[in-house]
Amino acid sequence: MSTAAPATSTRTDPPAAPDAVISLRGLSVDFPVGGLFSRTVVRALRSVDLDVERREIMALVGESGSGKSTIARCIARLEKPTAGQILVDGVDVLRSEPRRASRAYRRKVQMIFQDPFGSLNPAHRVHQFLERAARLHGRATGAEQMRELVEELMATVDLPAEMLESRAFELSGGQRQRVSIARALAVGPEVILADEPTSMLDVSVRIGVLNLMRRLRDERGISMLFITHDLASARYVADRTTVMFAGELVESGASMALMARPAHPYTQLLLSAVPDPSRAGSYDPAERARLRAAVLEADSCPFDGDPGPTCSRTEPVRHDVGPAADRHWVRCHLYRPAADVASRALAVDTVDPTDPAAR
Amino acid sequence: MSTHPSRDDAPVLEVTDLSVEYHGEHRTVRAVDRVSFTIGRGEIFGLAGESGCGKSTAANAVMRLLREPAAITGGTIRFQGRDVLALDAEELRTLRWREVAMVFQSAMSSLNPVMTVGDQIVDIFTTHERLRKSVARERAAELLELVRIDPGRLRSYPHQLSGGMRQRVVIAMAVALRPQLLIMDEPTTALDVVVQQEIMAQIAELQRSLGFSVLFITHDMSLMIELSHRMAVMYAGRFVETAPARDLFAHPRHPYTRALINAFPPLSGPNTPLVGLREGVRFTDIPDLREEAPGHWVAPVPVGTVIDGGRA
Ligand SMILES: Nc1ncnc2c1ncn2[C@@H]1O[C@H](COP(=O)(O)OP(=O)(O)OP(=O)(O)O)[C@@H](O)[C@H]1O
Ligand SMILES: Nc1ncnc2c1ncn2[C@@H]1O[C@H](COP(=O)(O)OP(=O)(O)OP(=O)(O)O)[C@@H](O)[C@H]1O
Ligand code: SF4
Ligand SMILES: [Mg+2]
Ligand SMILES: [Mg+2]
Repeated sequence: MSTAAPATSTRTDPPAAPDAVISLRGLSVDFPVGGLFSRTVVRALRSVDLDVERREIMALVGESGSGKSTIARCIARLEKPTAGQILVDGVDVLRSEPRRASRAYRRKVQMIFQDPFGSLNPAHRVHQFLERAARLHGRATGAEQMRELVEELMATVDLPAEMLESRAFELSGGQRQRVSIARALAVGPEVILADEPTSMLDVSVRIGVLNLMRRLRDERGISMLFITHDLASARYVADRTTVMFAGELVESGASMALMARPAHPYTQLLLSAVPDPSRAGSYDPAERARLRAAVLEADSCPFDGDPGPTCSRTEPVRHDVGPAADRHWVRCHLYRPAADVASRALAVDTVDPTDPAAR
Repeated sequence: MSTHPSRDDAPVLEVTDLSVEYHGEHRTVRAVDRVSFTIGRGEIFGLAGESGCGKSTAANAVMRLLREPAAITGGTIRFQGRDVLALDAEELRTLRWREVAMVFQSAMSSLNPVMTVGDQIVDIFTTHERLRKSVARERAAELLELVRIDPGRLRSYPHQLSGGMRQRVVIAMAVALRPQLLIMDEPTTALDVVVQQEIMAQIAELQRSLGFSVLFITHDMSLMIELSHRMAVMYAGRFVETAPARDLFAHPRHPYTRALINAFPPLSGPNTPLVGLREGVRFTDIPDLREEAPGHWVAPVPVGTVIDGGRA
């Protein structure tokens, strides 16, 4: 996308946060869609600026199809951005390792994939996944030491050691997810990109994994990008939470503050939709319709008279909300991210039961 | 929000004393152990439980999808009064396509990677309903809208869709032929709550108007309680509790159910550390269910068992 590069230079956030392990600057990704001769593109990411700091868990939440996995896949170097920079410890990795990630990079940054059924070769045994990861990155040399390491990893993710001999196809969804987590840990990474790592775990096991994430951060100083649809998990474990909508970041801040005082209508809509059995039935349909409209239709600028930087309809800036310590900002209420992005999910109107689609 | 379905007619699905074992090279697992339940016409039945406790295995057994080294070692499964375990190949094909549809837990990777999602949906209609291609295309577009995907995406290949989009396509395909029983195994793990709510509301709407039954497996207890009429909690291959969903939420009786309901982190208030089930607590030799209140069945817990997840 041609406007990404100049846009970056007018941004108000600092060029490289000093504590950041990972800094994304103006990251944009366009994907071609349709057949061979189609020229349609999906703009999966539109000029994303994001920092993950040392010893920080940054949660990434947002609409299905909004570009969360694409961000993680870019950082893991599985996807090539159309524009923008990926700085790791201040180094622009797209320049320093332009073709593909070095071994050192893969040792440092590990990814846990969203789909535990698609990302573990079904015929391989659990111990093979773990040993390969550990060996590839020079951990554990002797057989004895290796055995100890993999058994410890299994215990860490609450799986029995007997399961080391099982093949992936013999595992349940949640068991596969835990093997994926153990495989990432086997490498001893500094940064973990975890794409929905706990979605198939019951609450009891899930709490165990979330507590593990806290320990990894606090005791080993590991940084994490934690992609999740479970807002309660994000709040429980993440220092900060960033909200995505249609390929853009729309709000970010300390998790507790953001969830207590969501500023963007999409964030409000998202929080209001969390099912809560103690509320009778679902949430209030009138309030929900209002939020939905606020997300999709321009209304009024809440920052009128704000002495801060000025926005334009096409390039809104970040507005700070709340105390500085919360680092809570929101990007525009009136402007909505480009509709040609992945935002279709919300753009479809509620189908009425007499409609042919619901017949 | 859910009203109780009428119960005057026979159940659509009747599972009695079902046991399933896997005979692996290194371990034999009794994944489902003497499990019984029924699902009424128009009823949404929720199944929750520990990771690895046998939920998917039970669902696969209903569809007769288990292969070596899995074996159904006991029990019966009746669908509309017919013995599912005695069906021949032809009857099974009808069962799987026309009568029972399933959204697999592996939905995200279950689409054909070399066909566009549009062609895959169109195929269902042309093969099973003998619709003309143009009509099938229209129906495919309607289905995508039902799951909140722009119909323009019919031309996309599965790898061009996000995880949640693929999951939604599979949900759309499962309802395409309007089955009498819809089995959904963790259908919303990759969906944000807004889209999840909208799609589940659509399914509930369809379910009410067409009157089909649903077996719904999820780890999302709140969603399950909101959506199901009745639900069961499973642990280590056994059922430990079944009750009307609201009842189970208001008065969970088995300690494992209580742990499931109380152990999830809150969205407001202080951020206090939580623990899962207390370390090392395992339930073994779980007895048969007993009716402790009308419609509320619980496996008795040996006295002296202390387990409670929740605030540390
Ligand atoms: N290889 C690809 N080719 C074409 N389009 C793609 C490709 N990968 C992703 N997309 C599109 O990019 C957008 C963002 O996808 P992404 O997987 O990042 O979403 P997500 O936020 O992870 O969603 P979910 O929560 O559903 O997993 C979607 O519209 C998707 O269809
Ligand atoms: N093909 C197989 N061979 C051997 N054991 C298996 C096989 N498939 C599943 N199992 C085992 O059977 C048990 C039940 O698995 P199942 O997939 O039914 O669990 P689940 O309740 O669906 O769990 P989850 O919520 O994690 O998906 C697990 O311990 C699993 O390891
Ligand atoms: S872009 Fe948004 S915040 Fe900025 S001036 Fe316009 S409406 Fe206000
Ligand atoms: Mg994703
Ligand atoms: Mg399962």
